[in-house]
Amino acid sequence: MNSALVRNLLIRGMLAGLGAGVLALVAAYFLGEPSVDRAISFEGAHAPAHEHEVELVSRGVQSTAGLATGVLVYGIAFGGIAALAYCVALGRVGRFTPRATALLLSGCALLAVYVVPFLKYPANPPAVGNADTIGKRTTLYFLMMVLSVLLAVGATIVGKRLVPRLGTWYATVVAVAAFAVVIGLAFAFLPVVNEVPGDFPATVLWRFRLSALAMQVILWGGFGLLFGELAERLLNPRPAKADESRTVATATN
Amino acid sequence: MAQHVAQPTATTPELPATLPLKAIAPWAVFFGILMLVLLYFVGAEQGATAVVSGENVHEWVHDARHLLGFPCH
Repeated sequence: MNSALVRNLLIRGMLAGLGAGVLALVAAYFLGEPSVDRAISFEGAHAPAHEHEVELVSRGVQSTAGLATGVLVYGIAFGGIAALAYCVALGRVGRFTPRATALLLSGCALLAVYVVPFLKYPANPPAVGNADTIGKRTTLYFLMMVLSVLLAVGATIVGKRLVPRLGTWYATVVAVAAFAVVIGLAFAFLPVVNEVPGDFPATVLWRFRLSALAMQVILWGGFGLLFGELAERLLNPRPAKADESRTVATATN
Repeated sequence: MAQHVAQPTATTPELPATLPLKAIAPWAVFFGILMLVLLYFVGAEQGATAVVSGENVHEWVHDARHLLGFPCH
């Protein structure tokens, strides 16, 4: 019974992730691709003897089918993981409806999975980054992501434990502050990566990073709303509309 | 945070019961790992490490990898 509920939530999470991925893909194509193209033309002008001489996948495919594959698989994968986290969070994080829990979880996931690692190791367009340091940069990025997610989970657990002693408000403040302090220490002590070429156009870098961030906001925002709707309908099959109109009616009396 | 001031009538929103961790665990282990493998292929395959030889996976998801914030090359 419960296992079936987990399965149904997982399927809905992956579907919502796919839907949110489609929204993020639209943003990626219209906001992100122009900066990718500009960065690639900078790369071409500055490194004529680059190893990309033989094009394995053409730019036309990379910016459409390739981009779609990456973004949609990313959406489905994070949708599935978020749905599993949702199964644990449901009824445990506080007095929230299924829909509100979904949006809260997505907001936290956006911060922990993306925004926090991004503040230390932001997304880089082509032509930014030394090929020799790819191993180090990949390790640091995934380390930052895992650290941020584990700390967010830890802060949530600590916050819940503090509620009986401090009350919901102060327990939340303390948990968030503790998260911020530890993340701040990680930011301070993890190595700096700055491999932006001196003459790389600042506006292209800024636009690229802004559109990368916009994609994630759209992805997680879309996921929270879509998954919240699906979860609410699954867990509270009663039509919510009749209830709301009744509430309004009693409130106006 | 969620201080419901609703009257104790039928208008109080339905709050969910918790799902036992034992019911979640098998799904979390199997699908959690599957999802992480998918993320690995989108985010890191043929960058720092490679399971499949060549550059095709990397080149195919090239733009997505950059825009999703993963270190690419």
